[in-house]
Amino acid sequence: MTDDDRVFKALADPTRRFLLDLLFERDGRTLTELESQVEMTRIGVMKHLRVLEDAGLVVTRRRGREKLHFLNSVPIRLIHDRWIDKYTERRASALADLKRELEETG
Amino acid sequence: MTTMETATFQTVQVHRVWIRATPEAIWDAITKPEWTERYGYSGRADFDLRPGGAYRSLATPQQKAHGLPDVVVDGEVIEADPPRRLVHTMRMLVDEEAMSAGFTRVTYEIEPGVGGATQVTVTHDVSTAPQIAAVVGGGAAGTGAGGGWPFILSDLKSLLETGEALGYQP
Repeated sequence: MTDDDRVFKALADPTRRFLLDLLFERDGRTLTELESQVEMTRIGVMKHLRVLEDAGLVVTRRRGREKLHFLNSVPIRLIHDRWIDKYTERRASALADLKRELEETG
Repeated sequence: MTTMETATFQTVQVHRVWIRATPEAIWDAITKPEWTERYGYSGRADFDLRPGGAYRSLATPQQKAHGLPDVVVDGEVIEADPPRRLVHTMRMLVDEEAMSAGFTRVTYEIEPGVGGATQVTVTHDVSTAPQIAAVVGGGAAGTGAGGGWPFILSDLKSLLETGEALGYQP
């Protein structure tokens, strides 16, 4: 599986997207905090977090005895940059340049 | 629930990317001006790489033409352990609001992995300056602030792996 495959697979599940939403709202949460927001067993939440971690979408850090979970949006940005942005953004900026030129000369 | 509770609340951000390059190459790309001008916000970095040394990032000619000051970021080096770990403070000087947010702390950890890939983790402690969290986290791209760390790290990866940055403004 490629890195992109892992990201898409991780994002394909609504519970995992919900976990990312929780981290977007407030980053650096423990498993216990996340578990309390999801109707699922602790083991179930751990499994989902594992998939997110393997995809690089969640990064964990230790703080004392606690393990904190952080949202890492870089893999999503990589997909954006390689597949979407390289086509759309240059075109959009070319249009913006054209608009400016027309307005300046007009 | 009040607005405060639903607002994005962040004190520490962690941004991680894997790059097929050596830790030394990545260290140079982060600390040397001839590299920093080639990706991300393209400012030339000026690091005095010892504890207490000064750090500055300089505006590009285009940024200056748009009214940015010569020095867009300043700060101090806390720890420099090439090519594995760099800790420095930074303060954005782009406008009054950013300036008043004061200094925040950035930690780079560069760890070699398997198969020639290196893991780069940027931890940005914005707990003292929540107002800049969206800008450095990439959540303010729509306001013209650019894509923050996700943009910078994606561009760094592109530059080191392909020899070219993505070639557009943040």
